[in-house]
This record gives sequence, structure tokens and C-alpha cells, in this order.
Amino acid sequence: MSDNAHGAGGAGPSHRAVETGVAIAIAIFALIVIGGSIQAGIGWGAEGPRAGFFPFYVGLTIFGASIVNLVNVRAEATPEKTFADWVQLRQVLAVVIPTAVYVAVVPWVGIYFSSAILIAFFMKRLGNYGWPLIAAISIGIPLIIFVVFERWFLVPLPKGPIEYWLGF
Amino acid sequence: MEELTSLFHGFAVALQPFNIGVMLLGIVLGVLIGVLPGLGGANGVAILLPLTFSMSPTSAIIMLSCIYWGALFGGAITSILFNIPGEPWSVATTFDGHPMAQQGRAGEALTAAFTSSFVGALFAVIMITLVAPLVARFALKFGPAEQFSVYFLAFCSFVGMSKEPPFKTIAAMFIGFALAAVGLDQVTGQLRLTFGSETLLTGFDFLIAVIGLFGIGEILLSIEEGLQFKGGKANINAKVVWETWKKLPSYWMTSLRSCIIGCWMGISPAGATPASFMSYGIAKRASKNGKNFGTGEIEGVVAPETAAHAAGTAALLPMLSLGVPGSPTAAVLLGGLLIWGLQPGPLLFVEQKEFVWGLIASMYLGNIFGLIVVLTCVPLFAAILRIPFAIIAPVILVICAIGAYTVHNSTFDVVMMLVFGVMGYVLKKCNYPLAPMVLAIVLGDKAEVNFRQSLLASQGSLDIFWSNGLVGSIMALGLLALFWPLISTGWSKLRMRPAV
Repeated sequence: MSDNAHGAGGAGPSHRAVETGVAIAIAIFALIVIGGSIQAGIGWGAEGPRAGFFPFYVGLTIFGASIVNLVNVRAEATPEKTFADWVQLRQVLAVVIPTAVYVAVVPWVGIYFSSAILIAFFMKRLGNYGWPLIAAISIGIPLIIFVVFERWFLVPLPKGPIEYWLGF
Repeated sequence: MEELTSLFHGFAVALQPFNIGVMLLGIVLGVLIGVLPGLGGANGVAILLPLTFSMSPTSAIIMLSCIYWGALFGGAITSILFNIPGEPWSVATTFDGHPMAQQGRAGEALTAAFTSSFVGALFAVIMITLVAPLVARFALKFGPAEQFSVYFLAFCSFVGMSKEPPFKTIAAMFIGFALAAVGLDQVTGQLRLTFGSETLLTGFDFLIAVIGLFGIGEILLSIEEGLQFKGGKANINAKVVWETWKKLPSYWMTSLRSCIIGCWMGISPAGATPASFMSYGIAKRASKNGKNFGTGEIEGVVAPETAAHAAGTAALLPMLSLGVPGSPTAAVLLGGLLIWGLQPGPLLFVEQKEFVWGLIASMYLGNIFGLIVVLTCVPLFAAILRIPFAIIAPVILVICAIGAYTVHNSTFDVVMMLVFGVMGYVLKKCNYPLAPMVLAIVLGDKAEVNFRQSLLASQGSLDIFWSNGLVGSIMALGLLALFWPLISTGWSKLRMRPAV
């Protein structure tokens, strides 16, 4: 979609390398699917085609399609364009890594406290806001979420020791 | 005549105070979703789906479909004021909408966009009212083979009509099928592709995939592109609206053409995005002001907006009457039906009259409310876009995480959401389309069950898919759609030859 926007200039992994990697990863996924299907049985059983029948051919199709994609990528004679330059990728990682940490701690500390930390972290890191504003928003949003989900729509969200300590 | 009575019953249902309330709530939430980066029609509906578990199915679908209309309206606001298409289908609106805003004609552009959206939707809803019951009555006679052929047609059209390379579309789609197959096999009750893992027993939920692929993936893309909101001011007042409305009827031909393109593209699952581009392109060629397109021509706003909204609405026709959604958002709505315990497909028109006609009536009302809400509240929604990204991004991440958790009350799903998000980012950058993948996750099980039941009936022979005129012609249409790019280039080469 925006590939041509950063075609020239800026070092980074080449688009072709990433595309190759994706095609290979998809082919490996296809092999896993084929393997799993064979385990489940791809033949004809008492109740018709067995459980692995359909996914087996699905796996074969994915494998075939990704081989074609792989060949197409390697045959492309276009000048090397980058997938994204390192600055952009660093920004993407600056979102992915904190989010991964957030996702990992939610089961232990609950969603409210971890959400507050996540929002505060982003506001400090990306926006460098003052602490009063950070405190207002990072505490306010989880509170709104609490009221909307737990009170209005009666949908329970994961809670941790802090919420239990507060008596919820 | 019978349909007309049912429609009036539908209006009675939709006009209940509670339903009007959820309609307005849905529209406002939908516009918000359309305006915010990272939240779009499909994942917005997916995130809010759990909120409707306690409602009656009719109120629930009214709210969710209104979120969808709101998102369709909302996309135009960001395209025109900020040159940032909030939704893929509003990319074509930026071509002329944003230049108009830069010339200080933002109010005119917005009014034209909203009104055209409304006209497109109205056209499509009238079409649904007239055609859907007929299609459903026809489809009631379908056996497993016919049902499979309809799925086949839907998926083939994706491959033939998408602008992405066909083998990437096939790969993405079949990954969806594979993910759908994980877990319990619906026919034999046997476990498959779980590799002994307990978390995989229940398989992959498409709602998680939608929230990850479209929500998280979209945020990562926006961050990479470096978001900067600098946009024109939105001042809409009654005078501007009136002046624009006086101008619009002279573009009736463009409107009508865009409505038809939109409906056609919406029913075949090509969707709103190609419809808006196609309509823009044709309007540019047909209009006498064609060479001014791209510099702020009002017709260049009318054409894509009408088509996008008509397509977005028409996508619900196959969902209601055949159980085959025409767009990712329609697929999420279809998932909602299953969760509320309704079986999508032609039987809905027989067994769930109140639901179907309540929904259709709410499409009329929702779009009228939508038009009023967006015309009066544009400055408010535009102000939301001025909230800095450092604040809005983590809030959207949190909302996505909550949406993913509430589907099954499982924190593992939140992890899966992030995995799908990173996957969506990489695949999107490598030009793999995500919509067919989502549709395949939703429809994979049903397509497979129908396929296997057909094979069972025929003792394993594929001839069953050509066994009668109906199934044979749908399959033939599917093959035609699949090889359409090859056929059309071949045809144009043939026509070129005598001229040389």
C-alpha cells in the first residue's frame, strides 16, 4: 500500500528478502498442516472423507501457492527497494515490544493496572507529556473501561491482586 | 406484498425506543471507529460484539450494523479533512475531497460525501428489500453441493477480482481455511491439527484474527508511516448543506452508475474498496469535467462515496439470504448471528422474520440517523483526530486487548491477537490480502462440511458438482470468476489482433 513511499533512500531490510522469508514461512506452515492432516487420516473412512482429508488438500494448495510466490519474488528484476527503513522498524518495535510485555502480564496483574502502565509508558516515551496529564489519562481510561464493561454491560475483565485488594 | 407487510413489522420493531437508542449509540461509535486509525468496520464490530451478548439478537444486530454504517460515514471525514483515509474504501475520496478542503470547501465536500453515501446505501437497501427474499426462497432448495458451489463462487471471485497477485490471494485464503480446520472436526468429532496442545482444542476464533489482523496490524502500519494530523477546518452549516444539495441532483447519472457498480461489487465479494476505485475511474472517464478530477471536483467525491456505501450495504444481501458474507465486516456480523444462536442462511427469512425485517428496517432508519448525526457533529469528530497519537495509540491497543479477551474470557486470546497483529502487518506489507483470509476462517468449516457431505452422497465422485444445471452453472460461474484476469487479457489480445 505504501511501499513506494519509502522506495528510495534509507537503509533497511530489502523487500525481496522479507518477501522470500514470508513465502518460506508460509510453505513451512503448509508442511505442518499437511503433517497434521496425515496424522488425522486423509483417506476415506466409515463416515466418508476422514478428518484430515480437507486440510490435507488445503495444505497442498498453500504449499503450491507459496512456491509460486517464492519463484515470482526471486524472478523479480525490479531495483532493490527496502521493506521499511530501520528508523521505521524501530518505531514499530517500540510499539510491539511494550505491547508484548503488556499481553504477557495481563493474566497476572489484571487488565486495569497493566493498561494504566501501558498508556503512561506510551505517553512518556512517544509524547513526553507532563506527569499530571499522564496520570489523569492513564488512570481515567481504565476507570471508564471499568464502568462501561463491569457496571453497564456486566462483562467481567481479568483482575489482579490490586483489584482484589481494593475489594472487587 | 407479503414483503411489504413484513417490512412494516420490521419498522415497528426497529422503532422501539430501546432499538432507536442502540441505533444512535451504534452510529456514534461507528463514526468514532471510522475516524480513529487502527479501528475499522470489521475489528470495531468484532471488539464491540461481546457487549451485545446480553441483548436480544434483533437489538444486537441493529447496534452492530449501525456501527458499520457509522464507520462507512466516518471514513469520509478523515479522508477529506486530513487526507488520511480512515478506511481503505475512502482512499478514492481523498483524490478530490482533500483538494476541496484545501480550497476552503471542506463543508461542501463533506456534505457531498455524506449525502452520496446516504444515496448509495438507500439504493442498496431498497435492492436488498426487493431481492433478498427472492434469493432466500430460491436458496431454500439448495443441497450441500449447491451450498458448496456458492462458497466456491464467492472464493473464486476473490481470487479473480482482487488487485493483489492471485497466488498471494490463494495463499492467504487457504491459510484461513487451515486455521479454521484446527480443533474439533465437525463431521467426525475427531481432533485434528492440535498437535497435543490443549489451547488449540477450540481452534482459532476469527474474531481474534479480525482484531489482530485489522486492528493491531493497522496501528503498526500507521506508526511506520509516521502519523501526522494536519488538516483543514470543518465548518458545516445549514447554508453550505443547502447550497451543496442544490448542486447534487445534476450528478444523478454519476450517482446512479456508482450505485449499480457498488451493488454489484458488494454482492460479489469484491467489496467496497474496489467499488470506490472503479466508480471513480469510470466517472473520470465519463464526465465532461474529467480532466479536472483530482483538483477538487465535487463529482470526484460523489462517485467513490456512493459506490463504497452501496457496496458496503449490498454486502449484507448474500450474508442474509445465503449465509455467505460479502465483506469482512459482514463476516463478523455473520459470526455474531452464530453466537446469538441463529443459523445464517435462507431459513432466517422463514424462521426469524422479526430479526431479518427488523434489521432491514434498521438499515433505512440507521442511514437516515447516520446522515443527521454526521452532518451535525463533524467538528466534534474532527477534534478527536487532533488527539495526539501517543495518547490514542495505547488506548486503542487496550481496547483491542479487551475486545480479544471478552470473546472467550481467555487471556491466551490476547496473546493470539498480538501474533495475528504482527502477522497482519508483515502480510499487508508483502501485498497479501487479509479479507479473504478472514472470510475463509469464518466459512472454512461450513464449506468443508458441505463439501464432505456432497462427496459422501456421491461416494467420492466430484461429478456431483456438475450433476444438475443449477450447481453446474454456479460452479462454471466460479471458474469464470477464478480465471477472469486470464480471460479478459486473452479477449483483449484477440480483439487487438485484427487492428494490427
